[in-house]
Parts: sequence; C-alpha cells; structure tokens
Amino acid sequence: MTKNNQLIERLAPWIAVVALVIIWEVTVRVFDVPSFIFPSALETAQALVTYSGPIAMHSWQTFWTTLIGFGLGVAVGLVLGFIIGSSRFLYNACYPLLVGFNAIPKVAFVPILVVWFGIGSVPAILTAFLICFFPIVVNVATGLATLEPEMEDVLRVLGARRMDVLLKVGLPRSLPYFFASLKVAITLAFVGTVVSETVASNQGIGYLMMSAGSQMRMGLVFAGLLVISAMAMVMYELFAQLEKRMTGWAHRGQNR
Amino acid sequence: MSAAFVTFDDVSLAYDASGNAIEDINLSIHEGEFVAFVGPSGCGKSTFMKLCTGLHAPTTGAVRVDGEPVTGPLKISGMAFQNANLLPWRTTLDNVLLPLEIVKPYRHQFRKRREEFVGWARKLLKTVGLEGYEEQYPWQLSGGMQQRASICRALIHQPRLLMLDEPFGALDAFTREELWCVLRDLWEAQRFTVVLVTHDLREAAFLADTVYIMSRRPGRVIERRQIELPRPRALETTYQKPFIDLVQELRAQIGEVRSN
Repeated sequence: MTKNNQLIERLAPWIAVVALVIIWEVTVRVFDVPSFIFPSALETAQALVTYSGPIAMHSWQTFWTTLIGFGLGVAVGLVLGFIIGSSRFLYNACYPLLVGFNAIPKVAFVPILVVWFGIGSVPAILTAFLICFFPIVVNVATGLATLEPEMEDVLRVLGARRMDVLLKVGLPRSLPYFFASLKVAITLAFVGTVVSETVASNQGIGYLMMSAGSQMRMGLVFAGLLVISAMAMVMYELFAQLEKRMTGWAHRGQNR
Repeated sequence: MSAAFVTFDDVSLAYDASGNAIEDINLSIHEGEFVAFVGPSGCGKSTFMKLCTGLHAPTTGAVRVDGEPVTGPLKISGMAFQNANLLPWRTTLDNVLLPLEIVKPYRHQFRKRREEFVGWARKLLKTVGLEGYEEQYPWQLSGGMQQRASICRALIHQPRLLMLDEPFGALDAFTREELWCVLRDLWEAQRFTVVLVTHDLREAAFLADTVYIMSRRPGRVIERRQIELPRPRALETTYQKPFIDLVQELRAQIGEVRSN
C-alpha cells in the first residue's frame, strides 16, 4: 500500500464525521427545520459551548456510574462465564436462563431498582451492570466450552487436572472472546446508565437531556447525545487497543 | 527380547449400546518396540490409543503397562495428533515446555529448574531441525514445522511411551518423508516405545518393528506382521524391491478387510 492510501485510510473516519456534520447542517437549513424540533449542527455546537460547565458535570456523573457498572459487569461476567464454561452440565443448565434474562428490556428493571434503592446513582450503576454482563458471560463461556478435545487429551495424558486444562489452555484461549466482548459491553453500559438516568435520577447526561427536552432546548439535548457517543467511542477505542495488545496472536491476519 | 511393557488381555471397549468399537484385542508390546497400527477408517485405532494411555477404561479385559493395570491417565506417555494443536499464544519454545508445567514431578520444579528445562527444549528442537525458531509463534511456522514442534512437545518430559495418532497425515509427501526420518532418528537415539496409528502402509513399514492390521468396526487385530528390514533404515530402502513387495502384501491384506 502506498503512503497516500494509508493516510486516506487513517483519515477516513474523520472525513465521514465531517461529511455527516455538513449534511446535517445543510439539510436543516435547506428545509428550514425549526430549532426546537431539530437543531442545526451549529446550534448544537453553540449549546455545547454555552453549557459546557453543566455538561461536564453531568457527563462526569454518567461516566463514573457507567465505569462502576461496567466494572461490576466484567467481574461478574468473568466469574460466571468461567463457571458456566468449565462444565458442560452448567453450560446446558444456565444458558437458556441467561438468554431469557437477556431478552428482558433492562429499562423494565429501572422502576424495580428505584423501589429498592431510591433515585440516584445506584439504579444507574445497576442498570449498566445488568445490560453489560451478558455478552461477557457468553463470550468467556463459549471460549472455554469450545476447547479442542485433542488438546485436552494431550494434557490429560500427562495427568493434568481439570483446573490445569482450564488455566493453561481454556482461559488464554477465551481471552480474544473476552476482549471482543468488552468492546460491546462498554457501549451497552453507557446505554444502561443513560436509560436509567432519564427516568430515575437528577444527575447525569440522561437527566440533563430529559430536563432540557422538557424545556424545548433541543440544542442542549443534541449536545448531550454527542457527548454520550463521544464517551462511548473513546472507551470503545481504548478497549479495541487493549484487545490488540493483549491478544495480538488472534488478530495476526490484519496487521501483516 | 525384553519383557512385555504394554499388554492387552481380551480387551473390548464399547462407547455406547451400539456395539464394540474394538474387540478381543490380545497383544503385547515390549519396551523400546516401535509398533504401527493400520486399518480402514473407523477401525478403532484411536480407541486403541485411548486405552493404551488410560484416557478410557476397557469395557472388558485388562490393559497393563509396565506390569501395572491401567486405571487412569498414564503420566509416562506423550501424545501427538494429526493436528499439531500448538497453543497460538505461546512461542514454539513455550509450547514444547508445556508438559513440564503439568506432569509430575517437573511441575513443582518448573520455576526453579526453568533454565535447565529450556536447555532440554532447545536441544530437542535442534534435533528436529527447528533451531532458530524457538521464539517464533506457531502460526509463523509451516505445517511440517508445527508437527515437528508437536513431536518435541510429546517427548520433552522423556516419556517411556510415545503415542502418535496419524501425526503426518496432513502433510505433503516430501515433508512426510522428511519427518519419518526425524522420528526414526529420535527413536534410534532414545529407544522409547512408540505406538503409531496410521493410514499409510509405507510409513508403517518404514518405521515400525511390528505392524498390526486391524479389521473394520468392531476393530480386531487380524494380522501381526514383523518387519525384518535391517536398521537403521535409509529412506532409499522404501524404493527398493523387498520393501515394495512388503507394502504390497500389507496392501492386499487391507484390501481383503475392506471388501469383507
């Protein structure tokens, strides 16, 4: 590949962003959409600057609640995934339950969490946790459960215990699955937090958007959306880089 | 001839109600012998390996290794399969060292004697022609090189019994012949006991002291053939008349089994 092509490939995401902003701005202006329905890109940017103080405060709230919920999700997801994946019986027993649980819209849990814990950060953290642990469990469990039988024989014949096989082969083998699931989980965790904040909090981006919307300040609502997606993208990229570093052996095809 | 190392007395094994996978196996293998099992697909060759290493218990009969009845996985054996099954996150060297992290008594000495073990692994890798590839990852190696590393892994803990389940089956003809010679040289030097399961009659005849021919499922031993070719055998032997005649005889017997 030539240097020029490489540069274009690197810039491609930014070009797409700029194009989207231009289309947004032009569309709103051409069709003369009132700003309380759909604010233009410029108005959104203005709101972002004008309310930068409150936005920063509420984003921080959303950010740390999401990270705590995500942290819980990773811990529980890893442990549960390891337990389920290490035994065929448990795998078969628990999998349908997990699928059923995952099918419940997590927003339905929020009222319950509010009854139990009151309004505030706790329901947001727990919603983030509930929504993000599932992909981690499934990925870790699948990684462990799909061990090659020959590999197991090679080790068992040496007198390996079940735990040896899991630690030496199963766990490293499921790491690419685990890191892939982290990328999915972190974005889901943001969804969980914001959903909870819109109905059961007086802090956070979700709350900010809800109250700005009720006052018809759509510029601020859209600014909130931008901030959420920016945070999610940054975290996603962080985990994508982490994945590349930790499990380069599983992605060899892409960079050579 | 030394005393029997592996003995099978009237051994049968049924995985489920559908019938025996192998039936009425009676044989004995002495220490340091190189035996090969050939037969049509699905004749229970792999089952035989599992019985031999204690991964499976027989339904009837008894398997003894080194005079003791086999009750669980034997720690004195090493295994290699058609797929090299190397762990992609470990370097070749670390892959070869893996058994030492697991098998007793080495597992408890691994940290303390690591230097020494690395020395063993390097030496072994050198003998199979993988010097300089120790720090490479398996996916950087060709299929034949991966299989060499896999054989090193099976041998690193100095097993008395080496079990090979079609180890060269997935390789091209030239690489296969090269690896025959690698295995021959390893065996000539260390004289461990080898059980080789294969579809390739030339491979069996070239490498083994004794070739067992198995019938279709349920697998029985229908012929025991001593290979009298002088050792060490050169690869050229396999293109000479006595060898070709031998392989043709074996081929005829397999043909009979298949047509029945």
